[in-house]
Amino acid sequence: MGQITLQGVQKSFGPVHIIKGADLDIADGSFVVFVGPSGCGKTTLLRLIAGLEDVTGGSILIDGKNVVDTPPAKRGLSMVFQSYALYPHMSVRGNIGFGLKMAGLPKDEINRKVEAAAATLNLSPYLDRKPRELSGGQRQRVAIGRAIVREPKGFLFDEPLSNLDAALRVQMRIEVTRLQKQLGTTAIYVTHDQVEAMTMADKIVVLNAGKIEQYGSPLELYERPNNLFVAGFIGSPKMNFVTGELAQQQGAATIGVRPEHLKIERDGTGGWVGTIAVAEHLGSDTFLYVDAGPLGMLTARYVGELSLHAGDRVSLVPDPARIHRFDASGNALRN
Amino acid sequence: MARMATTRRVVVSTIGAWFFGFLIFFPILWMVLTSFKTELEAFAIPPSFLFFHWTTENYATVQERSDYLLHAMNSIIIAGGSTLIALLIAIPAAWSMAFSPTKRTKDVLLWMLSTKMMPPVGVLVPIYLIYKTFGLLDSRIGLVFILCLGNLPIVIWMLFTYFKEIPRDILEAARMDGATIGRELVYVLTPMAIPGLASTLLLNLILAWNEAFWTLNLSTSNAAPLTTFIASYSSPEGLFWAKLSAASTLAIAPILVLGWFSQKQLVRGLTFGAVK
Repeated sequence: MGQITLQGVQKSFGPVHIIKGADLDIADGSFVVFVGPSGCGKTTLLRLIAGLEDVTGGSILIDGKNVVDTPPAKRGLSMVFQSYALYPHMSVRGNIGFGLKMAGLPKDEINRKVEAAAATLNLSPYLDRKPRELSGGQRQRVAIGRAIVREPKGFLFDEPLSNLDAALRVQMRIEVTRLQKQLGTTAIYVTHDQVEAMTMADKIVVLNAGKIEQYGSPLELYERPNNLFVAGFIGSPKMNFVTGELAQQQGAATIGVRPEHLKIERDGTGGWVGTIAVAEHLGSDTFLYVDAGPLGMLTARYVGELSLHAGDRVSLVPDPARIHRFDASGNALRN
Repeated sequence: MARMATTRRVVVSTIGAWFFGFLIFFPILWMVLTSFKTELEAFAIPPSFLFFHWTTENYATVQERSDYLLHAMNSIIIAGGSTLIALLIAIPAAWSMAFSPTKRTKDVLLWMLSTKMMPPVGVLVPIYLIYKTFGLLDSRIGLVFILCLGNLPIVIWMLFTYFKEIPRDILEAARMDGATIGRELVYVLTPMAIPGLASTLLLNLILAWNEAFWTLNLSTSNAAPLTTFIASYSSPEGLFWAKLSAASTLAIAPILVLGWFSQKQLVRGLTFGAVK
């Protein structure tokens, strides 16, 4: 079991309010990603749940029990750090088994569990090596091994993949997701990378300036963002925002259209007309950055190759069903 | 061509390094050589470098005139004792400043260092009077105490910079793994800090061993360490160069041997923070 509930959790460092009251319900066995720009408080929120920081107000319930006064180790959670934080003087075996040793388990049981965890993570051949003799990906696996071996109620991941190169990151992303599904353990994962958030999460928490902006499944966030911030943060490339008269015609202060929901017409006169400033040809996709005069820069995405180049004039026709409308304070207007 | 130039550079810099190394070492070599000369040859002009009448009589005289072992034992007790006590105080101090710093930590560190900026002679009279009142003159405890206090700022600074290098994440990982403060100390921090502790200990030992101001001023015979033992050979009767050299050689021998075997630790200790 590993149901985690936050009720009005607040955190201040002196006069600075980092977390301004967070309420959240994390179901047992789900994979929840905290995402947001740097400095939004996502890591602080994770550390509050871990117990590495004390809350200023509110309560944190794990399986219904308030744990704000419980020391980190007694909360039954384990954490994977961004820097891996392996014990440099211990072997892989020692690193993975340290928590069990602290819990006072008998030696043979520790060995059995460590070897099982190592086998799950393909670390068996490296059990007697020191962390410095391992590659980045292997160190990351040891850090994960240290987390799973204790069979916790929940995993806490603090940007665990940000020190890996791009290819390895994708591979580890898949491995972490698969491992979590296989173990069925609740996981909270912090990242600033919205692609990681979209691909790994059952549910995403979008944080901005210490506030939870929206909590929902990746597709919910993509299709029905609550406000301008979520709309702009989720999705790549970013959603296009248009203000002014065009928005007012739709009864909104701002309208937003995702690049993939703009139809590109070569010599069009309808829609939003502009000149291509930059065209990016990826083979699988074509991204056009279009200077649309009074509307500003617009981004359009075409799946496949489109032979358009900088300087060409195009018109962009928004899909009327996919236009997001926002009021003057940035909140979404629903039909 | 390029390779020849590189070789030449290596040769030149090697010769240069040996030359300067020899230059720095020369006074010590000269002292050792002089200790094997007769008093007459010791101040002969021009001096003879190797071709003189080698004798060990200076060592015999020195041992006869004063008790080397007593002074050596005093040095060991004073240097060792002051270092151990300084470490006992400095470890928790540096620990708390490195791992739970407050707004004032920087000021405290600077304040500690500032005590080293004052010349010791400035407080000689008050310290002497305090020692006299409490009967600490010429006592080992008194010297242990003053050398410990004198070196404490350096020890705390060294340990602080060393502890600072230990990533916080690792300590937090240990906390998540269920280690109490005590077990965190034993299983995680101490093993990681051993190189730093060792180099701090060695450096402080050497500093305390060589300390001459307080030891000369606050001791006469019973508690006198090797520094006082050397100084006693520049007496009012005149300078006895050969005997003085023999006494000095005896005095520095133990610390020289210790330094030789712990070179690696010392260099690491003196350059950490600068070289990673």
